[in-house]
Amino acid sequence: MTDIQEKNPPQAQAHPKERKEISAITVRFAGDSGDGMQLAGDQFTDTTAIMGNDFSTLPDYPAEIRAPVGTLPGVSSFQIQFSDSVIFTPGDVADVLVSMNPAALKVNIPFVKKGGLIIVNESVFNEINLRKANWKSNPLLDETLKDFSLIKIPLSELTKNALKDLPIKMTEVERCKNFFALGLMFWLYSRSLEHTVDWIQKKFAKRPEMVNANITALKAGYNFADIAEVFPSQYYVKQSDLEPGTYRKIMGNEAAAIGFITAARLAKKTLFYGSYPITPASDILHQLARFKNYDVKTFQAEDEIAAVGSAIGASFGGEIGMTGTSGPGMCLKAEAMNLAVMAELPLIVINVQRGGPSTGMPTKTEQADLLQAMYGRNGESPVAIVAPKTPADCFDMAIETTRLALKYMTPVIFLSEGYIANGSEPWKLPDIEKLPKIEVVHAAAPNAGTEFWPYKRDPKTLARPWAKPGTPGLEHRIGGLAKAENTGNVSYDPDNNQKMMTLRAEKIAGIANDIPNLEVYGPAKGKVLVLGWGGSFGAIFQAVKQLELEGKKVSRAHLQYLNPFPKNTGEVLRQFEVVLIPELNFGHLLNLVRFRFPGVNATGLHKVQGQPFKVFEVAEKIKELL
Amino acid sequence: MSTGFKEMDLSYTKDDFVSNQDVRWCPGCGDYAILATAQRTLAKFKTPRENYVFISGIGCSSRFPYYMNTYGFHTIHGRAPTIATGLRCVNPDLSIWLITGDGDGLSIGGNHLIHCMRRNVNINILLVNNQIYGLTKGQYSPTSTQGKVTKSSPYGSIDYPINALRIAIASEATFIARTLDADPNHMGMIMTRAAQHKGVSFIEIYQNCIIFNDKTFAPVVGREVRDDRMIYLEEGKPLIYGKQRNKAIKLQGLHPEIVDLEGDGAGQDLLIHKEQSPDASYAYLLSQMSYPEMPVPFGVFRAIERPTYDDMMNDQVEAMKKEKGPGDLKKLIYGSSTWTVK
Repeated sequence: MTDIQEKNPPQAQAHPKERKEISAITVRFAGDSGDGMQLAGDQFTDTTAIMGNDFSTLPDYPAEIRAPVGTLPGVSSFQIQFSDSVIFTPGDVADVLVSMNPAALKVNIPFVKKGGLIIVNESVFNEINLRKANWKSNPLLDETLKDFSLIKIPLSELTKNALKDLPIKMTEVERCKNFFALGLMFWLYSRSLEHTVDWIQKKFAKRPEMVNANITALKAGYNFADIAEVFPSQYYVKQSDLEPGTYRKIMGNEAAAIGFITAARLAKKTLFYGSYPITPASDILHQLARFKNYDVKTFQAEDEIAAVGSAIGASFGGEIGMTGTSGPGMCLKAEAMNLAVMAELPLIVINVQRGGPSTGMPTKTEQADLLQAMYGRNGESPVAIVAPKTPADCFDMAIETTRLALKYMTPVIFLSEGYIANGSEPWKLPDIEKLPKIEVVHAAAPNAGTEFWPYKRDPKTLARPWAKPGTPGLEHRIGGLAKAENTGNVSYDPDNNQKMMTLRAEKIAGIANDIPNLEVYGPAKGKVLVLGWGGSFGAIFQAVKQLELEGKKVSRAHLQYLNPFPKNTGEVLRQFEVVLIPELNFGHLLNLVRFRFPGVNATGLHKVQGQPFKVFEVAEKIKELL
Repeated sequence: MSTGFKEMDLSYTKDDFVSNQDVRWCPGCGDYAILATAQRTLAKFKTPRENYVFISGIGCSSRFPYYMNTYGFHTIHGRAPTIATGLRCVNPDLSIWLITGDGDGLSIGGNHLIHCMRRNVNINILLVNNQIYGLTKGQYSPTSTQGKVTKSSPYGSIDYPINALRIAIASEATFIARTLDADPNHMGMIMTRAAQHKGVSFIEIYQNCIIFNDKTFAPVVGREVRDDRMIYLEEGKPLIYGKQRNKAIKLQGLHPEIVDLEGDGAGQDLLIHKEQSPDASYAYLLSQMSYPEMPVPFGVFRAIERPTYDDMMNDQVEAMKKEKGPGDLKKLIYGSSTWTVK
């Protein structure tokens, strides 16, 4: 644990230069998939966290594991915004781009601010690499980059020189250049090397020569920046005004995994996770598989259907059954989810949304599975739906998801998305003692004379009793066929069917009484309310904040519960002349709002580019409406 | 499956396993005999009734759980193995029985059946094979013979049939057997063996669909012909059959061959049945013996021991608890690197 007390930035060692304070900076690392850009970005983020800035990150990488080296499809990028105030987005455009090759430059120019700094690895701007990246002429020599401050550094050469006396192979030397680049960035933003040095020592503990090489490259980069005077200035960003507390850096998928383990602990249950690897949800499986000592059982199933089936089996057995996937997998799980709807068993379904339809853009983000979550099953099939709004919020919403599934004996869909699943931010750690309790009561005795009726509902929650196989006297049968009220026997009786359908719908609708109201930030009444869900929270937050600073009156609200909606939702929306709903789809929440709350003047802002909203996009749309 | 058997002072009768639901199979359906045999078989054990769970998919035979006075789950088409696997993973004490058919298990659910068997999940699978789709009213199934004329194959099915046991063998199921609805004693014996086996047990049951595929197995199991066309496997004994017990099987190279014990087969080395054969090729050889060329084997084809999936999963959890200590929430949430803002 690091205490941050030091309010003054660290002093540069050799050549003290002018050091400028800035409020927020966006840095983008870009290179070939094999260049270690995600790693460099992660390390930069870790150090930024320790230095007390608020931050938000966006990894942006191709689905191909290793597209041909040096080509456009192989470009992998990582963007981070860090700030001295609270922020929720990785930055619209980068102030600085570190580009490791011509392809990375070509792909990333549109993501750099006009007038921004572009640092290129000059060593690799040769004819072959330029051709691979479809450059007609060398952009370092022509007019291409005239709107930017270009800094050419022969990164590969400098790394090679720094490591020339070390006993490692040429290919390994080549792989150290990301640390050289990281060293440059650490100097430019007055970051300490300490965390990354420690990390390298641990990571390569078994290969001391690689520890030495990577640390040498890192320090060489740092010292080069310090001595060579390639940068006009050095910058620093003050520690941010985050609330006091203990923090860690967290990614969305990681927070979800930790949240569900925590929830299972709070409920005193085994967490069973059946899953089939799929981008971008696999990391949840990877995370959970490491925590077996927390009574976590992970099952890598033969397919998506087996994954959800096994989770239902675990729920039938009285434990927490959970499955996780992304869009295409959700299509496959629909029938089994309906079984859990009919059998009224708790079931947690994580959907980390990605660009669709079909295989779509596996590594890119989207929010276009909301209507699938609502309606994508046969018959009247109500389920609860929640959506975390930031990476850290995945923790809280995981606990909520579990609480609702167990209390209401229902499937609950946890609708995450690639953007928050892979993005990271500081997470203010909760007080363990203050975490909510999750109480589960299993049926222990007959509930109808000497008989046990599996569908005799709790009058308050409308949930049916949960009897674990192995409990004497409660032997019963459930299944996917229509059920008679109370007894749960197979029934095709018309009136009974209508009643059971209504009861299930009412059960889910009743959850509205058990979740927080929708809160409005800004005036409770007025011209424009921006209503968000999921990961668009960040861009909406920043856009509204920006307009407030400009003196404009605009309010925002955010839905973390999408089925049912918080019970005051209609009331809140009706206080505004226009409700703007920005979402990464063609209007899913917009449709639901128009259907559920007639009279509300709702309008959308739609984007399906595989990228999250930029703050300015939301801000401009709001301005149009004001 | 043996873990579910707790020694308790319990004595059951068949009626203890009969649920209050009316059985709704067609009169004369082979499923009645299978149900009665299962109920009688379970009554022999001391396993508490509440520890039995019957899980099924979709199809005629998949109605089974409703008629058993045990825990039961009538799930969705082909997916019963997945639900049974999840249940087994979280509860080591249950005796889990999976009821499936040739369509449910070998067509729509073929993938799950394979993976459940290769993982050696400790459950008992009864695959009721009637070579037809019954519940959807008579289309050909993956086990139907080629040329089968049905509603969906008016000019004869052009599908090559699949052999259920060969799927089990290829998946390395640890207990593999075949029995038939018309022989309750044999069926009871096989179910008993399956119940006692630890690991996945796969039983193919030849079942007669009186409505859509009546007498499809009659050329093999019919009263008049069965002695000469069926061969009952018995551990450690030669493969002898025939009304006069005068025919046997010997190996000719890699092929089984019929020999006449009263003629040229006398004194020859007969094939001796061995369930525990470490490699699966012997079981595979048996699975290839089919009518009309050869007598059709019934009994236990293979019974081997191998750690079960669920045991290994639980062992890993326990081992990790021992190594890392039972999970501490604070450690989980705080992770390895934190910082404090004051």
